[in-house]
Amino acid sequence: MHIIKKNKKNKGLVSGSVSFRRQLPLYLMLLVPAVFVLVFSYGSMAGVVMAFQDYIPGKGWYVFGSPFVGLENFRQLFNLSNVGSVLYNTVFIAVTKIICGLVFGVLLALMLNEMRSKALKRGIQTAIFFPYFLSWVIVSGMLVDLLDPAKGPIAQMLAQFGVNAPFFLADEKWFPIILVLSDLWKGLGYGAIVYLAAITGVDQTLYEAATIDGAGHVKKAIHITLPGIMPVIILMSVLSLGNVLNAGFEQVFNLYSPVVYSTGDILDTFVYRLGISEGQYSLSAAVGLFKSIISFSLISIAYFIAYRVWDYKIF
Amino acid sequence: MREHPTRYVFVVVNTIFLSAFALSCILPILNLAATSLSSAHRVEAGHVGIWPVDFTLSSYQYIFRDNEFFQAFINSVVRLIIGVPLNIIMVFLTAYPLSRPQRYLRGRTAISWFFVLTMLFSGGMIPTYMLVNAMGLNNTIWALLLPGAVPVFYIVLMINFFKQVPEELYEAAVLDGASELRVMAQIYVPLSLPSVVTILLFTIVAHWNSWFDGIIYMNDTARYPLQSYLQAVVINKMDVTMDISLSTNLNQQTMDAARLFLATLPILLLYLPLQRYFIKGLHIGSVKG
Repeated sequence: MHIIKKNKKNKGLVSGSVSFRRQLPLYLMLLVPAVFVLVFSYGSMAGVVMAFQDYIPGKGWYVFGSPFVGLENFRQLFNLSNVGSVLYNTVFIAVTKIICGLVFGVLLALMLNEMRSKALKRGIQTAIFFPYFLSWVIVSGMLVDLLDPAKGPIAQMLAQFGVNAPFFLADEKWFPIILVLSDLWKGLGYGAIVYLAAITGVDQTLYEAATIDGAGHVKKAIHITLPGIMPVIILMSVLSLGNVLNAGFEQVFNLYSPVVYSTGDILDTFVYRLGISEGQYSLSAAVGLFKSIISFSLISIAYFIAYRVWDYKIF
Repeated sequence: MREHPTRYVFVVVNTIFLSAFALSCILPILNLAATSLSSAHRVEAGHVGIWPVDFTLSSYQYIFRDNEFFQAFINSVVRLIIGVPLNIIMVFLTAYPLSRPQRYLRGRTAISWFFVLTMLFSGGMIPTYMLVNAMGLNNTIWALLLPGAVPVFYIVLMINFFKQVPEELYEAAVLDGASELRVMAQIYVPLSLPSVVTILLFTIVAHWNSWFDGIIYMNDTARYPLQSYLQAVVINKMDVTMDISLSTNLNQQTMDAARLFLATLPILLLYLPLQRYFIKGLHIGSVKG
C-alpha cells in the first residue's frame, strides 16, 4: 500500500521510477527468457570465431580449443571458384522475389479491395492465405508431381497446345523462374495482408469527394488508394532490404539438385553442403559470417532510414 | 447510382482473376487428396485431376500400418505439446515487462535491444549446430525446442499489443492487490486475444512445419518429427522398409500423396476456424498508427 501511495505522489514526475521492490517482479519475469537468449542466440553469435579458426570438432568444448588461423578461411573462401555464382544467384533470386512480392502484393490488395461480394471476398482470402501455412517440404512434394514433364497436370495442359513441357526442376533456365513463381504462390496472399490493412486506413472522405467529381473506381484506386498506401509500400520495400541475401533456404533445399546448381545454388544451401555435408566447418562458418554481416548492415541501414523518415520503431 | 458498363466489365474481370488465383491455391491440395485416394495405375496414366479415380483406401491402409510414419507423427505431437506452451510462456514473460512504461522497468530500452538484436544478427547455421552439439542436446527433443524457445518476432508483436491496454486498468488492478503476473494473465492477455490466438496459430504451425532442425540434430531417424520424416522419404527418397507384396492399387506416388495429405490435414483443420482471428491479429500489429 505504501508503495502505491508513493507512486501516486510521483505521478507528476515522468522520470521518477517506482521503487526497486516494485520493479523486481518484472525483472524476475525476464530472467528465464533472457537466459535462453543469452545461451542460444548470443552463444551462437560467439561461435562465429570459428570463422577465424581451423575448427576441429571435439577439440575443447564448443569453439574453445581450436587454433586460430586469422583470415585464412576468408582467403580460401574467395578463391573458391563457385562463390561468385552462388552470391549472384542468391541476390538475383532474392531481389526478384522481393520486387515481384511487392508489386503483385499491392496489386492483389487493390483488387481484393474492389470486390463487392463480401462472402466471395472472404472465401478468396481464405484460399489465398492458406499456402503460407504449408511447409516447403509439402509444397515441394506437390510441385515435383505437378511439374512432372511426363504425366504432371502442367505438362498435360501444355500438351493440349502442342507444347512439350520442359523438365522445369532440372532445367537451369527454368529453375529460378519456378523458385520465384512458387514463392509467390505460397506467400502472396499473406504478403497482401499488410497492404489490405493500409487500405482500410485511407481517409474515406477523399473517395466521397472523388465520386462527386465523377471519378470511376479505377481512377480512385490509382489516384487515392495507391498514394494513400504509398508510405506503407515504401516502408515495406525499405525493410525488405534485409532480405537481399535470403533467397529461401527451405525452398531451394527441397527443390534443387546438382544439375541446377549453376543457377539455383544459394549462400545458405552452399553453407549447408560445405559445413554439414562435407565437414569444412570453419570455411562454411566464414561464408555464414560474411552473410550475417552484410545482412546486419543492410537491416540496420533500412531501420535507420525507416526510423528517420517515417518515425518507424520496432518496439 | 447507375452502374457504368466499363465498371461492370472491370468487376467481372477482377473477380475472374482473383477466383483463378484462389483456385490455384486450392486445386493442388485437392489433386494431392485425389491422388492419395486413387488407384496407382490411373495415377500413373495421368487420369487423376481433383477427383479420385478408381477410389481406393489402399494407400491409407498401408500408411496406417507403417510404424515409422506413426512414430514420426507422435514425435511431432510431443514436440507441439512441449514446444508451443514453452514459446507462449516466453512471449508473455518477455512482452509484458517490456510493454510497461520505463518507470516500472529501469533499463527497458537496453533490455529490449538485448532481445531485438538477436532478430537482426545471428551466428548462422554452423555455429548454432556446433553449440547444440556441444551442449549434448543432439538426438534429444530439446535440440528442437530450446534454441528457438524465445520467439523474438512474436514478442515484438505482443509488446505493441500490450502497449494498447489502458493504463487505468493496470492501476485499478494493482490497487486491488493483484500481482504483476495476475495483471498480465487476467487483464493484458484477455484484452489482446486476437493477437494471442494469432501467435498461438503461428507457433503451432512453426513447430509442426519445421523439418531442418530434425534432419541435422537427430542421428536416429526414429526420432524425426513428421516433416523431417517426409523430407527424408518423399523429397530425399530415403529407403523405407517396404512390404513388397503390395497390391497393385498403390505406388510410390499415391503413398507419398497420402503422407503429404495427412501432414497437411491438421494445419487445415486448425487454419479454417482460426483464420478470422489472424487477419485481425496481424492488422493491428503490422502497421501501427
